[in-house]
Amino acid sequence: MRTLTRGTGATYWVVLAGTLVLFTAAFLLPLVWVLLGAFKPPAELAQQPPTILPRTWEPGAYVDAWNYMELGKFFVNTLVVAIGAWAVQMAVIVPAAYALSKLRPIFGNVIMGLMLATLMLPSTAVLVPVYLTLTDLDLLNNPAGIWLPAAANALNVYLLKRFFDQIPEELLEAARIDGANTWTTLVRIVLPISRPILAVVSIFAVVAAWKDFIWPLLVFPDPAKQTLSVALQRFAPDTPINLLLAGLVLASLPMVALFLAFQRHILAGLTAGGVKG
Amino acid sequence: MRRHVTAYGFLSLALVVFAIFSWWPIVRGVVLSFQQVNFVTSPDWVGWENFERLFADPLFGVAWRNTLYFTLLALVLGFGVPFLTAVVLNELRHAKGYFRLLVYLPVMLPPVVTALLWKWFYDPGPGLFNSVLRGLNLPTLQWLDSASTSMISLVLVITWANMGSATLIYLAALQTIPGELYEAADLDGAGIVKKVWHVTIPQTKFVILMLLLLQVVATMQIFTEPFIMTGGGPEESTVTVLLLLYRYAFYYNDFGTASALSLILFAVLGVFSFLYLKITRKADA
Repeated sequence: MRTLTRGTGATYWVVLAGTLVLFTAAFLLPLVWVLLGAFKPPAELAQQPPTILPRTWEPGAYVDAWNYMELGKFFVNTLVVAIGAWAVQMAVIVPAAYALSKLRPIFGNVIMGLMLATLMLPSTAVLVPVYLTLTDLDLLNNPAGIWLPAAANALNVYLLKRFFDQIPEELLEAARIDGANTWTTLVRIVLPISRPILAVVSIFAVVAAWKDFIWPLLVFPDPAKQTLSVALQRFAPDTPINLLLAGLVLASLPMVALFLAFQRHILAGLTAGGVKG
Repeated sequence: MRRHVTAYGFLSLALVVFAIFSWWPIVRGVVLSFQQVNFVTSPDWVGWENFERLFADPLFGVAWRNTLYFTLLALVLGFGVPFLTAVVLNELRHAKGYFRLLVYLPVMLPPVVTALLWKWFYDPGPGLFNSVLRGLNLPTLQWLDSASTSMISLVLVITWANMGSATLIYLAALQTIPGELYEAADLDGAGIVKKVWHVTIPQTKFVILMLLLLQVVATMQIFTEPFIMTGGGPEESTVTVLLLLYRYAFYYNDFGTASALSLILFAVLGVFSFLYLKITRKADA
């Protein structure tokens, strides 16, 4: 397709090469730098000018970091928070979007409107009242303190509803004639058709929970219950730098792996599923 | 009738969750703004006292100035850079997957990881950036350690970490521009700059405006990066509104004043959020 330039000749190749170098330098090299940095002993990391490749390789830093910061425990905590946040959100928003889209109850539009209205509110504007509500309900140091507020995701209700709206009514009617009740129709007909949007919403729910910092910081005052992000910032000031770097690499790996595995879904979801990132 | 009952059955979980964790906190936030809260006795009504305390706090002005400065810097960088990147990427027919992968990779990193990494890069001694500057025989910078460069250093981090989403959204928008428009511009003898100005930007103005508003709303709530990288310093140069809010709530346990600050932030951001919703819903219809 025609674009801004014709994209032929020497200029094209110069721009392409320049962009390749720039992108690699800006986005890949810093990550490689950290990956390598974790292999260097602290003395080597403090030296100027820095060594490019580690002079002494200390792969033990990754193991030491894992043991020193007890990363295993925080990995499990983060996994519980992220998977739970996804499961609870699905249990809450899928039936709701289905009801609003296909069952069309009285005042359904009012409810959708009230949900969408919460989107106008910056998430941090309710920081204090939600925190106090969690305290009242005794949900501090409890992963449910993350799961439940995260489940009130109006944007995802809206995205699902919009997708369900496009499912032809005849399809549901046919299922009903075959004797399927409302619940079976949802599980057998609607959900399988909606796999693309469910994948997008699910991935973003897990990623958001894994990346979150401020809520786990507030919800888990107990160090043993904390997520990776909260634990890492707690350890950062007095952890040997090579161990901290190793810890940062380890904490990022699951998200990078998720990205590589679901790249197509994630990048497609970015544009299809609104822009809240 | 039965249909409504079934429907509300399906809606019930969502209604409970939204009521407790979304709708009620909004109301409660407004109420709290006019109350003095401690956990021993029931809250007292204090009228506008919380707001007066805020206005009397010299940090209140500092925090807003910092936040607006930050938002402005973030707009110049975080808004211009992804757009230009997308325009360039859209011209390239090779290594498409590689570019997309790279630009989005930082978006997947937890913000805490990014903040701690960049704090290490910014180290004025053996840090990556000063090492590169020294290698090139250029003067080094104090980055986060100086009040004059601390904010721009934070903006660089945020731009690096978040530009992937904006770039890819722009890229998708650019691909919907009909090729004939560029052909017509070619016939008129328009150069690249003219074509960007008269074809590319007008054709993507809806997406541009949407991301602009979204970005203002997001950057004004900046918290994680200053909290981890500077703690608001040096010389309070990176105290943002949200950092101040956090201090009021969780250092001084003054939830009333913190709520009053939320309310002010909400009023400011509400304008942008409202515009955003209006624009997106118009495009939806």
